[in-house]
Amino acid sequence: MSIMQFNGSAIVAMVGKDCVAIAADKRLGQRALTVSTDFQKVFPITERTYIGLAGLATDVKTLHDRFRMRVNLYKHREERTIEPKTFAHLVSHMLYERRFGPYFVEPVIAGLDKNNRPFVCNMDLIGCINYTDDFVVAGTADNNLFGMCESLWEPDLGPEELFETISQSLLNAVDRDAMSGWGAVVHIITPDGIIERELKGRMD
Amino acid sequence: MAPPADTNAGFKFDNVKRNQLLSDKGYNLPRATKTGTTIVGIIYKDGVILGADTRATNGPIVSDKNCRKIHYLAPNMYCCGAGTAADTDSTTNMISSQLALHSLNTGREARVVTAMTMLKQYLFRYQGHVGAALVLGGYDTSGPHLFTIHPHGSTSELPFTTMGSGSLAAMSVFESRWRSGLSRDEGVELVKDAIEAGIFNDLGSGSNVDVCVITRGNVEYLRGYSTPNERVPKEQSYRFARGTTEFIVPRTAPSNDESSAMDVSA
Repeated sequence: MSIMQFNGSAIVAMVGKDCVAIAADKRLGQRALTVSTDFQKVFPITERTYIGLAGLATDVKTLHDRFRMRVNLYKHREERTIEPKTFAHLVSHMLYERRFGPYFVEPVIAGLDKNNRPFVCNMDLIGCINYTDDFVVAGTADNNLFGMCESLWEPDLGPEELFETISQSLLNAVDRDAMSGWGAVVHIITPDGIIERELKGRMD
Repeated sequence: MAPPADTNAGFKFDNVKRNQLLSDKGYNLPRATKTGTTIVGIIYKDGVILGADTRATNGPIVSDKNCRKIHYLAPNMYCCGAGTAADTDSTTNMISSQLALHSLNTGREARVVTAMTMLKQYLFRYQGHVGAALVLGGYDTSGPHLFTIHPHGSTSELPFTTMGSGSLAAMSVFESRWRSGLSRDEGVELVKDAIEAGIFNDLGSGSNVDVCVITRGNVEYLRGYSTPNERVPKEQSYRFARGTTEFIVPRTAPSNDESSAMDVSA
């Protein structure tokens, strides 16, 4: 078994019309044993940039702390909030710095830039950025999520339509993955603010 | 000129021991994204043409259907990358920044051999662990140049070259059709056909063809020059009606405003 499968996770982000969505399951496990059903995997970085971290939970927590520190330093040095694309490069550099002894996480970044343009990307564990204009997935249910998103996603979905599409993609993907699920949380990022919703999922 | 001393520079190895321990316990270390690529380059009458497919894979899964594999190095130089995607991205990016400083310092446009030497010395230093296989093309004061650089740091200068998992398919096209003194249009067509041979006959390569034509003082970056694998529009929509998904709005932390503050006046 891979170390990326140790704790279990499913994260997805999608581009909509003038909005983006990022969603994740809430399970924390130790292999097949479920330890927690309220584990945070998606973190706010700025008011309109979120990052989801799939993979080894200890690294999820460590990296979230380190990102928070670096973003705060950026804010003090530059006297402005970090743009999603800039943040993605920050994350990429921090991961590639440990090219030969990596953190076991696959990040997913979603946000709106200063012109309210959607930004979504993901990375492998050593920081190779993958920009996209549709959707990105990560975690133990990534293949399932790819299948769901390829069939359900379509361009120019509004915030409410995007919520239904990302929710159904995630819920149905985790139902076919033993390592993730146990509820989910969805964030819709719009120019007017964040819509945060918790989904009811199967608890098995 | 010596680079500024930065104690934070270079790779960090603080996770290596832990990761080795996990690996010894039987937890396999995960795979990084590879560009199981077809990349090519040719010399033609007026310069160099580079070509690449646009597929990135993670094991058997296509992780990016339209990625960029022709990287910018300098105004007169571009570089195709195959192998570990993060390595090709960051290596070319780093050398590009060093080349910019180099040409600022010398007041001249950097030569292609300079870039080639910087790349090979960097890759040799890491003994093949930085898994970047490159095709470097450019035009400088000494004319057009085309190099291949292997992950261990060996290089060769050739009139036509291919690399990546689709290199055999692409080379079969070059071996049968390349000749010296090709025109621009003939060259671009040959590069396109070589990449398409990789796209259709190698599973690690796919999607579109990117082409980059470099001549004296000019670069034409033709992103998506050929798109032989366009997705047909979906015939049906799977849009869900509003209210399909059950949800709750999470409880927010109690606010710390005046109204809820404890009364301490007495």
